[in-house]
Amino acid sequence: MLQDSDRIFKNIYGPDGADLASAKQRGDWDNTKGLLAKGRDWVIEEVKSSGLRGRGGAGFPTGLKWSFMPKENDGRPHYLVVNADESEPGTCKDRDIMRHEPHKLLEGCLLAGFAMGAHACYIYVRGEFIREREALQKAVDEAYDAGLLGKNACGSGWDYDIYVHHGAGAYICGEETALIESLEGKKGQPRLKPPFPANVGLYGCPTTVNNVESIAVAPTICRRGASWFSGLGREGNTGTKLFCISGHVNKPCNVEEEMGIPLKELLETHAGGVRGGWDNLLAVIPGGSSVPMLPKEICDTVRMDFDSLKEVQSGLGTAAVIVMDKSTDLVKAIARIAHFYKHESCGQCTPCREGTGWMWRVMERIAKGQAKPQEIDTLLQVTKQIEGHTICALGDAAAWPIQGLFRHFRPEIEARLTGHASQEAAE
Amino acid sequence: MSVRRVAENQPDDFAFSKENTSWAKKQIAKYPEGRQASAIIPLLWQAQKQAGGWLPEPAIRYVADFLDMPHMRAMEVATFYTMFNLEPVGEHFVQLCGTTPCWLRGADNLKDVCRKIIGEQNTVTDDGKLSWLEVECLGACVNAPMVQINDDFYEDLTAEWFEKILLDLKKGEAVPAGPQTSRKASEPEGGRTVLKSIEGDA
Repeated sequence: MLQDSDRIFKNIYGPDGADLASAKQRGDWDNTKGLLAKGRDWVIEEVKSSGLRGRGGAGFPTGLKWSFMPKENDGRPHYLVVNADESEPGTCKDRDIMRHEPHKLLEGCLLAGFAMGAHACYIYVRGEFIREREALQKAVDEAYDAGLLGKNACGSGWDYDIYVHHGAGAYICGEETALIESLEGKKGQPRLKPPFPANVGLYGCPTTVNNVESIAVAPTICRRGASWFSGLGREGNTGTKLFCISGHVNKPCNVEEEMGIPLKELLETHAGGVRGGWDNLLAVIPGGSSVPMLPKEICDTVRMDFDSLKEVQSGLGTAAVIVMDKSTDLVKAIARIAHFYKHESCGQCTPCREGTGWMWRVMERIAKGQAKPQEIDTLLQVTKQIEGHTICALGDAAAWPIQGLFRHFRPEIEARLTGHASQEAAE
Repeated sequence: MSVRRVAENQPDDFAFSKENTSWAKKQIAKYPEGRQASAIIPLLWQAQKQAGGWLPEPAIRYVADFLDMPHMRAMEVATFYTMFNLEPVGEHFVQLCGTTPCWLRGADNLKDVCRKIIGEQNTVTDDGKLSWLEVECLGACVNAPMVQINDDFYEDLTAEWFEKILLDLKKGEAVPAGPQTSRKASEPEGGRTVLKSIEGDA
């Protein structure tokens, strides 16, 4: 188990105060000027060699992403945009950072923005997080009053502004180019890439979009050193991670743990174990609703990191672990996820707009036992026609949970449909 | 996608109050010169608050004019983002999370409570106090099942307790927000497993 001394978010549960004085006692904003004085290349190099991979789901190396920003300003301003549009079902970690550790995020914004030559940062908070937005704005105001932000931030000579912005209920705005569109005052519909945001992003200017957690861990990495962070976890999957454990466990919770912790250990140490004991486990969705589920046999041994979960045809995603015990009707669980994607499709690409609704309707028919067994093949074929054929990854995200369900539980579902069909014939 | 249309009965006009006008100007100042359209979501949201929880069509046009945008662009935004209520809602507007993590922990039972106390979705009770809507994941999954009522989250609900909350709100009584059990946030029930050394230090 990770030592408390290696935990980055010491106030993730909140009782210690989110205000600036408490945050400073936890080490935030400690000689930020000194870190900035080491130069932007140093910051990027430190984050690169820490091995930090983006915490928003895709797992792209954060330092590398920052290095894509143009080295020289060509007259256009550079922007850092923080993706706080946390909406992936199962995920509620950025919420805790914003309400309990907002200064880690703000200091990270300054370091990251400085490293990419930006003087302005927008934090895009999902619309429903009203209290979290208020907490974050309060922290921003405190930081301005203390001279940590604004002109000559932290006395570094670097001018830096942070603005809190918000959405109004659209999952798709978690996709970086949709988020940029939304921030420009439009419908949140993803843009075709290229051009990539690092060249043409917000207002046509070089922009980097990062997840809250990726940015909030950056100050600790810079302070304690890349080798400290990369010494946790394993190669390619370093550091600590906030896990959100929901569903059929005895004590659902958020917890910061080391990357690569075995799933079983994670659930039993922190979440009170699976309801009714480990043998009552049916399946786990290990990384938010978009990733394929895993049956118990795989859960017995799998480790929670990007590459281990990829090896078993799933993914770490946002590390939102949704646990389902043997009382669960998995078809209904996935049908509800299919409804989510139908509701959240932005409607821009035909395969997704039409396909998500189509998949949901078939899943509902299967859940009610009204479908014929051969319809499963048609359904899987349609998932393949959506996957990879849309501008953004929402189409893939809608297809994968269904593929994951049938990859592991097809015989049970077929038996259910056949049983229902023969029952009908008998009547 | 969800199909969203403006309500049939609309007020004649809309204008920001004096406070909201100066508030709106401060919002616009967050964005570069000429990029005032960026403020549309915050402004529509404020308009919705001023109008009593829903966004009338004249308010959409008003905000478009305020930001020097074509009316159609503002209409696109108002109909795209699902937190803009295009029809009147109750004084206490209940958004019930029905997505899988909440469903696994009993969101269906909460829906039954809503039907019992309030009625069908999108209908306002006769006293104007309550209305409800099933929404997608609200991002408090380790505190499931949960609902959002106006600006606040009510977490770790049971059907019985949720019914009591709705009845209290109907009576005009204050109900404390947050987890409805002994826990304060996202720590495990009954005591944390990590960071015990600083537990409770305030």
